[in-house]
Amino acid sequence: MRGLISVAGYLPHWRLQSAAVAAVLGGNQGKGTRTVASYDEDSLTMAVAAGREALARAVSAAPGSAVPVSALWFATTSPVYVEKSNAPIAHAALRLDGDVIAADAGAGLRGASAALRSALRSTDPAVLVLSGDLRTGPAGSPDERDGGDAGAALLVGDDTHGPLAAEFLGSASATREFLDRWRSPGELRTHAWEERFGQQRYAELADEAWEAALKDAGLDAEQVGTVAVVGPHARAGAGLAKRLGAAGVTVADSLGASVGFTGAAHGPLMLAHLVESSPAGHVVGLVSMADGADVFLFRVTGDGVGAQGNPTEGVTVADQLATGNDSLTYAKYLQWRGVLPSQPPNRPEPARMSASAAERRLDWKYGFVGSRDRSSAAVHLPPARVSFVGGATDDMEPAPMADVPAKVVTFTIDSLAYSPSPPTIFAVCDFEGGGRLPVELTDVTAADVSIGMEVQMTFRRINTADGIANYFWKARPAGRGSGGTATGVKETGVN
Amino acid sequence: MGSHGIKDRVAIIGMGCTPFREHWNLSTDDLMIDAVEAGLASAGVAKGDIDAWWLGTAQSGMSGVTLAAPLKLEGKPVTRVENYCATGSEALRQACYAVASGAYDMAAAVGVEKVKDSGYQGLNAFPIPTDGTQRSLTAAAMFSLVAPAYAEKYGVDPGELRRVLARIASKNHANGAKNPRAQFRREMDVDAICAMPAVAGMLSVFDCAGVADGGASAIVVRAEDAHRYTDKPLYVKALSMVAGNGSGLLDPEFDYTHFDECEWAANDAYQQAGITDPRRELAMAEVHDCFTPTELVLMEDLGFSARGESWRDCEAGVFDLHGELPVNTDGGLKSFGHPVGASGLRMLFECWLQLRGEAPDDRQITTADRGLALTHNLGGYPGEMVSFVGIWGNRPG
Repeated sequence: MRGLISVAGYLPHWRLQSAAVAAVLGGNQGKGTRTVASYDEDSLTMAVAAGREALARAVSAAPGSAVPVSALWFATTSPVYVEKSNAPIAHAALRLDGDVIAADAGAGLRGASAALRSALRSTDPAVLVLSGDLRTGPAGSPDERDGGDAGAALLVGDDTHGPLAAEFLGSASATREFLDRWRSPGELRTHAWEERFGQQRYAELADEAWEAALKDAGLDAEQVGTVAVVGPHARAGAGLAKRLGAAGVTVADSLGASVGFTGAAHGPLMLAHLVESSPAGHVVGLVSMADGADVFLFRVTGDGVGAQGNPTEGVTVADQLATGNDSLTYAKYLQWRGVLPSQPPNRPEPARMSASAAERRLDWKYGFVGSRDRSSAAVHLPPARVSFVGGATDDMEPAPMADVPAKVVTFTIDSLAYSPSPPTIFAVCDFEGGGRLPVELTDVTAADVSIGMEVQMTFRRINTADGIANYFWKARPAGRGSGGTATGVKETGVN
Repeated sequence: MGSHGIKDRVAIIGMGCTPFREHWNLSTDDLMIDAVEAGLASAGVAKGDIDAWWLGTAQSGMSGVTLAAPLKLEGKPVTRVENYCATGSEALRQACYAVASGAYDMAAAVGVEKVKDSGYQGLNAFPIPTDGTQRSLTAAAMFSLVAPAYAEKYGVDPGELRRVLARIASKNHANGAKNPRAQFRREMDVDAICAMPAVAGMLSVFDCAGVADGGASAIVVRAEDAHRYTDKPLYVKALSMVAGNGSGLLDPEFDYTHFDECEWAANDAYQQAGITDPRRELAMAEVHDCFTPTELVLMEDLGFSARGESWRDCEAGVFDLHGELPVNTDGGLKSFGHPVGASGLRMLFECWLQLRGEAPDDRQITTADRGLALTHNLGGYPGEMVSFVGIWGNRPG
């Protein structure tokens, strides 16, 4: 049986209220919030956060056996690199084996659907489909207002490794070239043709794909429980949604007023959300409209980790919807996206990382793997050849620390250091079971840091120099996804 | 095996020190020439009398040519050394050992730093290619970690500790105000310092060393030759240096309230010099007050105060100009300024003036008859630093 071994969605901590935009720009900016990737997040880091959670769930569903991932596909419309592939960075951060192919699904909105379809129809034991996207545009643009930032991960495969979270029932696609939305690489603004043209084309394509998918799955519409209709046009799927409703199918809330449309990540995010929140036996569907239409149908098994009825310590999309910090100011949002340039401290900008030095320390830099001295058990972050306890040389074993909880021992706020979003909040963190790292904190405001605070590690973009995105790990308050439970702690606003 | 030191085997016979300033009109070459000329004049020797040179500069030049070219030295060995902010002391240490070894009759240590040509505020390290995982924190922020840790460990109210740190800065400003070579010559009272906005932890810019250009030099000969040049040489009593292994950054046991490297260097130096009660035996100390919490903790690491007591001693004025043990009588890094490669030699320059009774009347210490002075120079950060301690005396024995 083929299907989804596990799923996970990642919503960044920060939320921008429409009211905060209206306070600056005036006019009617709609209602609710959108998710906002922090200044140190990008399409890759959000995909990695979701990927970590999906892999952790798969391990948790079948303890003791390695997840046999043989391919990783990454989809986004906001790639960190062109020419260079992005997916290998996620491959490194997730510590996948060297014989796993890691490649990008292309820089279009349809990439995630293509990767998902390919994975579902392949014979690979397990394929990890990652997606992440940042949606923005000029100040006051519809894409800024209606967009959101998120990551999602779908681990597709057979049930030979362990139980599936959802069984694949069938899928279909419809393709027709037409010009609807376009953006040149590096451009802030996404251009669009008159919306009604795209709406009509999408409506036709979605209908075609929907009927074909039902046929592929051998289902009648009445047998489908909940469907997510996803696309860049809120109204494009309206006709289909109406017909589905008439057939007794529930059309899921597309999270437009809480998350926003998250581009290439939105289909997988909605699918993860449906699988997490549907009862066993429920048939769920994804209708994704992006330069064509793709429909996927699954039956939720209830066995998968993270699925309803089988709750785990994992943080669901619903959990993340209920938390987050919506005090982000519009000015800060614009600064983070580079729409409103801000004055950095008068300090040298960071030097670019060395490619060869980074590659020598791949497991440390991307995987957050330290070393543990066999004789003294002392943990070394970064990994070392000589132990600081006892001085033994070359008697170390790898110490993977990305999922190990830590606590703040002491901290400081640095208003002088160069940072894309000053001040730098920095803490000395001690890890459970040994190991210490003085490390930057993120997703937190200065007033909320305290000695003894529990933190977890998160993969972030530290800086960008000479076009090179420099990734490493930071610590964030525990309980916000990718391990741990939501705390719902009251937080202080950010200016 | 053992650290034996070279007590009373070499002596300083001349020193020079430029004013520490934002020297927009002076180059690295100018600062070295001025510092060397002053040192040679002080010793009454000529450039050609120096058999070997050591140049300490952290980032203002590479290789001995940096010094040999502007001075137009001919056929002489010049070694450029670097050891973080203890660079100046390292140059001096090497020159002393060179003479003690018998390899040379007369050596010179020169320290210089031209920091104000970078176009940035503060001190900035030369970028070495890395994997990109290093901290990007400022030194101020790294040292600011000491304050809350100290307050927590010893039960000091953070507000009270804030005033203690301000008092350290205020003391060094008061001393610097009396020093024509110092960068900052304005007295600052405790309330004014406490009112400054924090920039790193609880520290404001007034808790940080001044950033200045400057140069300094010292001429070293064998002790038995010293009186050929001066009636008042300074004898080298101890030279010690420890390069930390960075374990403070790895070790959950490290609590940010002490610097092992400094304690180890001090203990080695006291053993070399035969000192058992530094607070009473020393006439004065020049210590590396890069940030106010550093001076606070150093008073304990150097054995001037019991653990957990330095904040009380600072408050009680023990380390004031006319206190029990005057510390940073020239204004320290705080007020004199910190041209990295020159600072270690600048510290010795103050000892040179004080132990010879040549400091201006308004800052001449009253403890000079104890005859011993200490310089302490560190580089790096809490948990990962190099530390130098030198002890100097105005008489042998």
